[in-house]
Amino acid sequence: MGDPMKIRAKLDGDVLEVRVLMAHPMETGQRKDASGNVIPLHFIQTVTAQLNGKPVFQAETSQAVARNPVFGFKLKGAKAGDKLAVTWVDNKGDKRTDEISVGAG
Amino acid sequence: MTDLSRRAALKGVGAGGLAAAAMAAGLLRPADVLADWNKRAFESKTVSDALRNLKVTAPIESKDIAIRAPDIAENGAVVPIEIQSGVPGTRSLAVLIEKNPFPYVASFDLSQGALPFVALRVKMGETSNVRVVVADADGKFYTAAKEVKVTIGGCGG
Repeated sequence: MGDPMKIRAKLDGDVLEVRVLMAHPMETGQRKDASGNVIPLHFIQTVTAQLNGKPVFQAETSQAVARNPVFGFKLKGAKAGDKLAVTWVDNKGDKRTDEISVGAG
Repeated sequence: MTDLSRRAALKGVGAGGLAAAAMAAGLLRPADVLADWNKRAFESKTVSDALRNLKVTAPIESKDIAIRAPDIAENGAVVPIEIQSGVPGTRSLAVLIEKNPFPYVASFDLSQGALPFVALRVKMGETSNVRVVVADADGKFYTAAKEVKVTIGGCGG
């Protein structure tokens, strides 16, 4: 599951400016732990956003996205009260969805 | 090789070809490839292999793609990048760090109501071009790059 995302969304007219912070180690598979063992790959592979249940933004990502990923994007045609949900899925099949209600601009 | 095994081998090739054709339709459009994350592109070790696996053909250098990133990143583990595409009809964009061990970092499907803008933070192993490839509605490709100098790499140790 992982810790909750921090989703910030600000309305500018009908454009919703979204910034999402995810808690994830994004291990590259190249780092070693204290005893010299390689820490296995562990990273978010897909990110999707839905506005009122409709897909509006999708990404596929590699381990080269920085630890605790931040993604920013802008959605057209949004209004106060809309529900914005963001989901990530990692390479171990772990996933997390968080939802917010869009505040008035 | 018996005739039978040769046939089996040919069949195998045929199936692979079909899969490749199916993927060609989905390139740079995660909506279509989400079910199978583009492993081949992500595991490519060179930019040209990655672009081939993303089915990017003949990208045109474009000044309409703005890449905002630091000229010098002191910490390669966290390099902020903002991309704004002025290419008309931008549907999706891909980000590659040319000198990373696996250059392909991410692609974004912006065709379902997102504006042609993305912000993210990436890891960079060393000084490199950050390359962006944009696909438009006609399936044409546009590209731009910005160099980021890295003083401490962010992939290993």
